[in-house]
Amino acid sequence: MTDNKTLFIDGMEVEFSDEPNLLEVIRKAGLNVPTFCYRPDLTSFGACRMCVVEIEGRGIQSSCTMPPEAGLKVHLNTDRVRKIRKTVLELLLANHKCECLTCDKSGNCELQKYAMEYGITDIRFPKLEKEDYLPVDDYNPSIVRDPSKCILCGACVRACSEFQGHSVLGFVNRGSNTRIEPMNGRFLSQVDCVFCGQCQAVCPTGALTIKSSIDAVWEKINDSTKKVVVQIAPSVRVALGEEFNLEPGENTIGKIYAAARRLGFNLIFDTNFSADLTIMEEANEFVQRLTKGEKLPLFTSCCPAWVRYLETQHPELLSHLSTCKSPQGMLSLVLKEFLPKYYEGYKKEDIVVVSIMPCTAKKYEAIREQLINQTDFVLTTKEFAKMIKAAGIDFRKLKEEEANSPFGQYTGAATIFGASGGVAEAAVRTAYNMVTGEELSNVDIKTLRGVDAKSRTKDLVVDIKGTSVKVRVVSTLKEAEKSLKEIKSGTSDFHILEVMACPGGCVNGGGQPISCSDSSIKEKRAEGLYEEDRNLEFRRSHQNPDIIKLYNECLGGKPGSEIAHHLLHTTYSDKFKGSYKDI
Amino acid sequence: MSAGSSVISTTKLDEIIQSFGGKKSNLIAILQKVQEVYRYLPEDAMIYIGKKIEGLSPATVFGVATFYAQFSLEPKGKYEIKVCDGTACHVRGSMPVLNAIRAKLNMKDKQLTSENGLFSLETVSCLGACGLAPVVVINDKVYPQMTSDAITIILDTLIKEDK
Repeated sequence: MTDNKTLFIDGMEVEFSDEPNLLEVIRKAGLNVPTFCYRPDLTSFGACRMCVVEIEGRGIQSSCTMPPEAGLKVHLNTDRVRKIRKTVLELLLANHKCECLTCDKSGNCELQKYAMEYGITDIRFPKLEKEDYLPVDDYNPSIVRDPSKCILCGACVRACSEFQGHSVLGFVNRGSNTRIEPMNGRFLSQVDCVFCGQCQAVCPTGALTIKSSIDAVWEKINDSTKKVVVQIAPSVRVALGEEFNLEPGENTIGKIYAAARRLGFNLIFDTNFSADLTIMEEANEFVQRLTKGEKLPLFTSCCPAWVRYLETQHPELLSHLSTCKSPQGMLSLVLKEFLPKYYEGYKKEDIVVVSIMPCTAKKYEAIREQLINQTDFVLTTKEFAKMIKAAGIDFRKLKEEEANSPFGQYTGAATIFGASGGVAEAAVRTAYNMVTGEELSNVDIKTLRGVDAKSRTKDLVVDIKGTSVKVRVVSTLKEAEKSLKEIKSGTSDFHILEVMACPGGCVNGGGQPISCSDSSIKEKRAEGLYEEDRNLEFRRSHQNPDIIKLYNECLGGKPGSEIAHHLLHTTYSDKFKGSYKDI
Repeated sequence: MSAGSSVISTTKLDEIIQSFGGKKSNLIAILQKVQEVYRYLPEDAMIYIGKKIEGLSPATVFGVATFYAQFSLEPKGKYEIKVCDGTACHVRGSMPVLNAIRAKLNMKDKQLTSENGLFSLETVSCLGACGLAPVVVINDKVYPQMTSDAITIILDTLIKEDK
């Protein structure tokens, strides 16, 4: 053993420190090996055998499961290694539904990419026949599952279990009959799936994809009898650029507004506006509950996957859930109700609201019985990028534009909704004002920030003029479950519980551009949001002039008014019965 | 497949889960016990166990249940017939014995349980009784050196006993 921790990769001396495996050391050195199953935010699995390397004296090892050791002499591309990778690819392709041209994942598929890079032009083995294709599950609003494209890397199974603790997907059978399926071959809609889309976000192939609404939206855009308006969620602005080779975290909101106009949307609004609105209502609701000392802790209700999780798994806790609609739900209805007031020629029944979301579960939210026909279509960031490309728009060259008024302006408090902790931070900024009548001196609540794997539970105590309020922020449902246990056992002491189902919040949502091979991408996106927050004129939701105007002109003057309650709040239903927990 | 029409007793399942400390590491033992009680693993039982035991989910329980050949997802018969088809039994004529059982019980290829629910039939790889080949085991009773005729008589006796 040598003291200086270095090893050799293809003769090059490379230093390492606390990297969990050899693959990370290889990547840190600016090199790479192919892999399907290795995802840095999930446990190493060693299933796909693509990341094999040859180590002198040790033979062939999979680099994703091999801990780095000083002095190792690693070779990444020996003949043996390349032959193994090519055989793996051939075997996978032989069992794969190779419909590349018409596959949703085409262009982003790792199997396709490596097959091309390794020059697989012929497959020696008998190929999967059409008769052998397994049925496709597209019976839910969010995710399409095509098991014949699955390569059994197990990333989705790990994502479901390690992020959500929910494990609706699992391996079944054994050997050559092994498949990945929900319980007993059911559809995803029959197993309490929350549609967070994290399985799809880590899937290397087209086995799990997003159910597309692109064609339906084009149809409405081209329908001259309709007024198609669009809203863009906070975290889309710092991720969409990646689809056009911009850096993660680069805020492209001005270009996004412009792109939406070029696509033919009639009016462009920003979900950030209704994030401010959500804060007004939710902070008000919190202050009410705190004063009365009832239904605490208050759960945030922005995340539809979290709402569905509570409804199906813990309906007895639904009273804790804020009755506020999500920002998507609030803005859709505000647009339908009040656009005719501000825009001539707009009739409620002709308005089609499209939302652009980082999220697959939002598609499910839009068809909830309480919210149906409010948001008409939900496009994920990835789908929106496809539309921009299909329309021949050169996104990078677009000149920045502004959103339409009067529902376009937003504060820094709204933009940070996209990162885990942002909703709670924004709520604290406004609740403080509602209780004390004064402004919080330092609005940067750093304790609540952080989207990496170590920051999935964050606690903060704020002193609001003598009342100490404890805020708990969690991301992933697995972490949320721990907090729910505390509540059920009576050991919880927090007053607000913010939950985002995706690890790190919406910046890492299931509808965002693929980022599963690099943990730092979501951190850069979150930083992009916090940077925008720092640079905005207003950083507290209650200071948003458009919000003040909306309350004065349309919503009865103040948060919690009767009309605000009628339009901006919703109800939840106990879905335990009929969930598969109910037997 | 839906809830409601359940054949399982949650009290019984709780009892079984409790007897193994409610631990996920005891899942296989729990499933074996459940199979002993119901003669198979009812879907609702797997869901219940998956939800009840911390760290498990219905999908993971189903994964374990389908991984091991010992677990059955269909009800097994009152009499579980295991025909050994290990190498020794195979060369000594286990296949004619198997076919004779199928013919006698009117069972098709791959059919697990007879229509009347009395018998279930499976082949196993080796029972470790090669000296007695070919071997058939019915509910833990070993029948050595089987022939088509002998097994037919045994089945006749069992059918008669059951009436």
